[in-house]
Amino acid sequence: MSGIVVQTPGLFTTVQDLGREGFGPMGVSASGAADPISLRIGNRLVGNPEGAAGLEMTLVGGSFAFERASVIALTGADFGASVNGIPLPMWTSIEIQKGQTVTLGPSRSGARAYLCIQDGIAVEPFLGSASTHVLSSLGGFEGRALRKGDRLDCGVPNSLPRKKMLSPEMLERLEPRKVIRVTDGPQSDWFANSAWKIFGESTFRVTEQSNRMGIRLEGPPVPLDASREMITEGVSLGAIQVTLSGQPIILFVEQQTTGGYPKIANVISADVHSLGQLRPRDSIRFERIEMSEARSLLMEQEALLASKELIQE
Amino acid sequence: MLDVAAAVECNQRVLRRRFERGNLSTFSSYTVSYTQRRARKRVHKSVGDAQFQAASDQSLLVSFGQQITLENHQRVVKLLGLLESQHIEGIRNLHPAYCSLLIKFDPLKLDHDQLESRLVPCLARLDEAPLPKPAQIDIPVCYGGEFGPDLNDVAAMHGISPAQAIELHSSTAYLVYFLGFAPGFAYLGGLPEVLASPRLETPRTKVPQGSVGIGGNQTAVYPFATPGGWRLIGRTPLAMFRRDRDRMSLLQIGDHVRFRPISKEEFAEFSAR
Repeated sequence: MSGIVVQTPGLFTTVQDLGREGFGPMGVSASGAADPISLRIGNRLVGNPEGAAGLEMTLVGGSFAFERASVIALTGADFGASVNGIPLPMWTSIEIQKGQTVTLGPSRSGARAYLCIQDGIAVEPFLGSASTHVLSSLGGFEGRALRKGDRLDCGVPNSLPRKKMLSPEMLERLEPRKVIRVTDGPQSDWFANSAWKIFGESTFRVTEQSNRMGIRLEGPPVPLDASREMITEGVSLGAIQVTLSGQPIILFVEQQTTGGYPKIANVISADVHSLGQLRPRDSIRFERIEMSEARSLLMEQEALLASKELIQE
Repeated sequence: MLDVAAAVECNQRVLRRRFERGNLSTFSSYTVSYTQRRARKRVHKSVGDAQFQAASDQSLLVSFGQQITLENHQRVVKLLGLLESQHIEGIRNLHPAYCSLLIKFDPLKLDHDQLESRLVPCLARLDEAPLPKPAQIDIPVCYGGEFGPDLNDVAAMHGISPAQAIELHSSTAYLVYFLGFAPGFAYLGGLPEVLASPRLETPRTKVPQGSVGIGGNQTAVYPFATPGGWRLIGRTPLAMFRRDRDRMSLLQIGDHVRFRPISKEEFAEFSAR
């Protein structure tokens, strides 16, 4: 099998698909792409199933030499990609010739770029998924971020797919948000109205300590009734824990499966992909909505992703 | 987030306070007022001992009270077993804990009400549901020295010798309440009260894999090298989590655990195998 060779790995590049569900009882969280919508679209552009494995790059991309001709797509944040010095468009399928090198640089917009390759990336699945879980060194490529010299096997394409691109209108509608919508968390009523006012009206800054496990925020402290006693319980993707110091942490894709901090709110499913594009020092705000609205927003988003107009040939 | 100890910090507070009070009556009355206050704000459906709460637009929290008891633990184990053995379309993941189970579902296939109504029959036969036979797991531990740099401090803190501390830690049967936080990380109940020790003021940036620690009223084995603030009393050569064996996680919910002291030589032998 031939594939791609990592010339430079970038800051933090991992193999990700849509994650592994069902292993919470062992303490294993789902992991998977931080911006799943970008991965799904990238895969469709190259004719893969939505959940095929691709490369997730963080803040600074890498460069990858292709040992054979292939079809790729670049989605997510704009990392200024080029092939042999020629700029590459995003959100479209691109033919790459044998021996060419695709190079990505520092991010010009969000936090994560995806490189999807026709027929996916062949890694040994762990619990049914190709996703890398970094803390436990499991899944993906040897359970770790890519390094210089790593060689990734890719399937052999049998035909060239037709040229495909994402509709510009759809791209706009799926754009990541900086006002993150939330529903009430399990301990939302542990927070007084004054605390909710601070949470809902303040701007929070994404700190450097943020990663795929959690997005740590910095802002005016959200006061918590300290006399309340919390018993560790299962935690949901996007749960917003408030620590004793009053700083919120959003549990992200490589989250712990249980947690002992009270949760004021939970990011809605339709906004999870926006979290994947947050960079350190970005400012965000929260908007509290009803559960029924969160469901409708997700349905709308999925309808958009399923619509015929999404991808143009 | 990466700090195991920080993640269970609140939980330790619960345990420590209950331990200090020496009784549970105060804790129970708090539970009642908490429940009442919650009930005012939103309608929470209850079925028998279980209470439903929407945790997010894709998860439902099923709670059996707000107390860490053997009875509540067994309810969690039984519900987990029922949901694992019968397929409910749309359920994606299960996150058990001390006295609750978080059910993650596909919001495109189910909503909270639909899931709740499918859980009702399970909850109705919870009492008669079988408890899986717990495995008895022996964990060899080399106590003290370089593997347990805090053993002497822990012993001194309680006015006992390091040998007595080892004897106490290794003569108790522990219960795996659940696995959480990280792959293979077991929350163990049953630490002798005399060994309960506060966390380090400054957590270590890297706790070696296999370290056995005490944090508050809890003891656990670190399955992976992570930062951590628990006091380290020893290390096991056993892998707590391995992808290349059938039982990936050495410990499973409901298992019984004993720690067995081994020498440095035995540790080396184990590791070489």
